[in-house]
Amino acid sequence: MLHLILFLAFGAVCVAGAINLLVQRHPINGALSLVAVMGSLAVEYLLLGAEFVAAVQVIVYAGAIMVLFVFVIMLLNAGVEEQTKGSRVALLFGVPGMLLGSILIGWVLLAKGGDASVPVGAMPGAPKVIGWLLFHDFLLPFEVTSILVLIAIMGAVVLASHPDADQGKKES
Amino acid sequence: MNITAFVIVSIIKTVLALFVLLTAVAYTVWLERKVVGHMQNRWGPTRVGPFGLLQPLADGVKFLFKEDLTPPHVYKPLYIAAPMIAVVFALTSIAVVPFGNWVKIDGLHIPLQITDVNIGLLIILGVTSLGVYGVALAGWSSNSKYSLLGGLRASAQMISYEISLGLSLVGVLMLAGSLSLRDIVDAQSGLFWGFIPKWNIFYGGQFVAFFIYLMSAYAETNRIPFDLPEAETELVAGYHTEYSAMKFAMFFMAEYANMITVAAVASLLFLGGWHGPVFGPPLVRALLPVFWFALRIFGFLFVYIWVRGTLPRFRYDQLMAFGWKFLLPLAIANLVITAFIVAIRA
Repeated sequence: MLHLILFLAFGAVCVAGAINLLVQRHPINGALSLVAVMGSLAVEYLLLGAEFVAAVQVIVYAGAIMVLFVFVIMLLNAGVEEQTKGSRVALLFGVPGMLLGSILIGWVLLAKGGDASVPVGAMPGAPKVIGWLLFHDFLLPFEVTSILVLIAIMGAVVLASHPDADQGKKES
Repeated sequence: MNITAFVIVSIIKTVLALFVLLTAVAYTVWLERKVVGHMQNRWGPTRVGPFGLLQPLADGVKFLFKEDLTPPHVYKPLYIAAPMIAVVFALTSIAVVPFGNWVKIDGLHIPLQITDVNIGLLIILGVTSLGVYGVALAGWSSNSKYSLLGGLRASAQMISYEISLGLSLVGVLMLAGSLSLRDIVDAQSGLFWGFIPKWNIFYGGQFVAFFIYLMSAYAETNRIPFDLPEAETELVAGYHTEYSAMKFAMFFMAEYANMITVAAVASLLFLGGWHGPVFGPPLVRALLPVFWFALRIFGFLFVYIWVRGTLPRFRYDQLMAFGWKFLLPLAIANLVITAFIVAIRA
């Protein structure tokens, strides 16, 4: 019972944070709303018994990636964003598309999954289990993902470096 | 243990741990002023109480009664929230730190720890990695160039050194095979060759990791020689330039509480936690491990202060080069070698 109350409460915080992210006009408030969303997601994972995933969610997303977001916003000193009147395409296709998508997801979940929810703690949560899954059962996807990340890093290095400045150094 | 006893015991432990932590924070400030004073051929605080021992109380009263200025140009919601974020996350991590073995009171087995979770170390890392928001947001919301530069430096520095800090701990985790701080300490009990304690710094060969951890921890807590976020000579006071009274004191408390947490983690992971000679009547037997643990933390705090009295501040490019080009490769090399050792032993 307590679990259900906490689950609903943090679910509500999560949704409220997501809506706040869209409503807020200042980038730093938006970033902080996203931190709140990620924090409450971590609590939801914890309530499902996936404590390792919850801790990683906090360390990686809230503690590292979002800090970098905030860092960039601070560095650029981004001001209040300008609002346009909104595009007609978004209104015509976006809203019905979103409604359709959520109905589809809800229908699939209810039709295929039934209404029996996963019991608390049934998901693999211990670090050992996660490690075994990651480095044994899902080794190939794991390695493919790491190569993907490597490519992304190389792309970032290429974008961030100034080839003109390097050439100037060599000539001099 | 039934639920009422559990709740009562938990509340008592929480209140006690917080009281001890906050007192320790206040007296670490006193210790720092005293030790640095003597190192620089001064007396440090002497006026308030014997040896200036009541100075922290006087400081506290002063912080409470000073006028709480809010500059007109700040972004108020975050300006007020930032010191709270800093202090909350600094105090939270003490919840999973064990400070001794089990004690038996009135038939109840009570662990000397607020809560024992099997991912204790990850919780400490997670909570401390969130602490950077306090500093970064303080710098940004103050809306002043010194604060902003301090906040930027702090976030860049803390993200950079968090990586080598985390990697230096992985070797210990591999040796212990657990993320629970209690299990890690238990794995370090006993002696080898008859007289050397089985602490990770000796037995596990985590000597290098210990120094990587120590240096990264200095950077994480913004202490000299890595105190660029609050470099007085360049940035007035860095990210807390625009803060006064209790809000400023909260940043101070957060910094010293973080120092104590970092020292506790170093003792637990590398120096055998609370292990030490235990003797005497039952009460002494129960309390001696706590004393040994406190002694280790005191040693770390003293080294912190000693380093502050000895070393000058790094230049910013030196700080980044040291973190990324020296500590990080060293931490990875240590990790690979430890993995080989663990694999050969198994």
